[in-house]
Amino acid sequence: MSQQYYEKDDLQDFPNIAEYASEQGEKFFEYYDRATSAGKLTEREKSLIALTVATVRHCPYCIDAYTNKCLSLGVGHDEMMEAIHVGAAMVAGDTLVHATQMRKIVKKKEM
Amino acid sequence: MDLRQQHELLYRMDKTDSFMDRLKGSAAYPLRAQSIEILQLNVTRRCNLCCRHCHVEGSPEQTGELSRENMEACLRVAAIPEITTLDITGGAPEMHPRLEWFLKEAAGIGKRLLVRSNGAILLEDPYRRYLDIYAETGVEVVLSLPHPLRERTDRMRGTGIFERIITAMKELNKRGYGNSETGRILNLVHNPVGAFLPGSQQALESEYRSRLRQDYGVEFNSLYCLTNCPVGRYLDFLKRSGNLPDYINLLKQSFNPEAVQNLMCRTTLSVGVDGRLFDCDFNQVLDLSLSDGTPAHIRDFNYEKLSRREIVVRSHCFACTAGSGSSCQGALE
Repeated sequence: MSQQYYEKDDLQDFPNIAEYASEQGEKFFEYYDRATSAGKLTEREKSLIALTVATVRHCPYCIDAYTNKCLSLGVGHDEMMEAIHVGAAMVAGDTLVHATQMRKIVKKKEM
Repeated sequence: MDLRQQHELLYRMDKTDSFMDRLKGSAAYPLRAQSIEILQLNVTRRCNLCCRHCHVEGSPEQTGELSRENMEACLRVAAIPEITTLDITGGAPEMHPRLEWFLKEAAGIGKRLLVRSNGAILLEDPYRRYLDIYAETGVEVVLSLPHPLRERTDRMRGTGIFERIITAMKELNKRGYGNSETGRILNLVHNPVGAFLPGSQQALESEYRSRLRQDYGVEFNSLYCLTNCPVGRYLDFLKRSGNLPDYINLLKQSFNPEAVQNLMCRTTLSVGVDGRLFDCDFNQVLDLSLSDGTPAHIRDFNYEKLSRREIVVRSHCFACTAGSGSSCQGALE
């Protein structure tokens, strides 16, 4: 067995995650396919959202899969980077907005 | 990369989990032709460009072209009722000195006639005249445009080529090409600019259409998405960039048994610059002759034998069965 937690080839095992819990796994894949395929939003738009989430969540498998998918769909490098900046800004914003909690406590506690 | 090196790499790919194994697993071995509807002629490997993905390694230095005698044999074969399409490719077909004569003769046969052009050559003298010749002879034009973004296409085909293709499209549009009402067909070919598979043909066609219409005011009929085959210059790129093992794995993981039934080789016969026959353009480049006992040259054409021949397969064939499948007419589904 490999000594690494993350192996590039592990991505190929993704279709097998229904093992040990097939009903839930099958339902997950049905949902996953429905959620990521074209609907009101295009496949291209959904791939950019997925790439952004993958990057924010630091998932190497998903970053690999969705960078390739974006390339396959002709998405520009600048578009991918712009999408990731949305994710970065959301993470920064979501951190900073919690400063409110700190500020509230500070203002309540200090004389 | 020379032919021997290409065969060595393909042999390594074949050692485990070969294309033949997959066909056996899908009860599709041996793979046989079911008809011959398309006669595809590689008239010359000479080309004014030197694209990084080119499987025939077309360039101005390439020599050899289909002789007049072999072209006449092709015209005789094209006239039989079973053949519906004459598909002319290269290199740059326009660099064949007898293409104009051939197109006029072929147009008289009344079959679907298409030429695969790099587009850029249509702005160069003495080839500019083909813009009008194509329109006069009713040729369906298939232009290679790997990506709707200038930077990506130029990276694959050379600086300034994107702009020249767009100008050629404008000239063809002026002649009624790309307009569904004129019957003059202008189709585009997309190849991934790198070591990945093409996305959905429908999504890419929509992306191409909106970008090209909005940014350049040009129109086309359909987009064909082609998977890059690990042959020729593309194989060289994969090896040098360290992408070869991953790309081969990707092709194998994406094997789609349903695409096997629709493989282009099952309805196509490919003619090389020397008149020799092959199952497809890729086998031609790899010099993989037809299976034993099958007529090997266009002058010996025999429909009965050739239309039921066994197709010669190697692991580069995984490129045509990956995902939605791939053919010279785009995705198979």
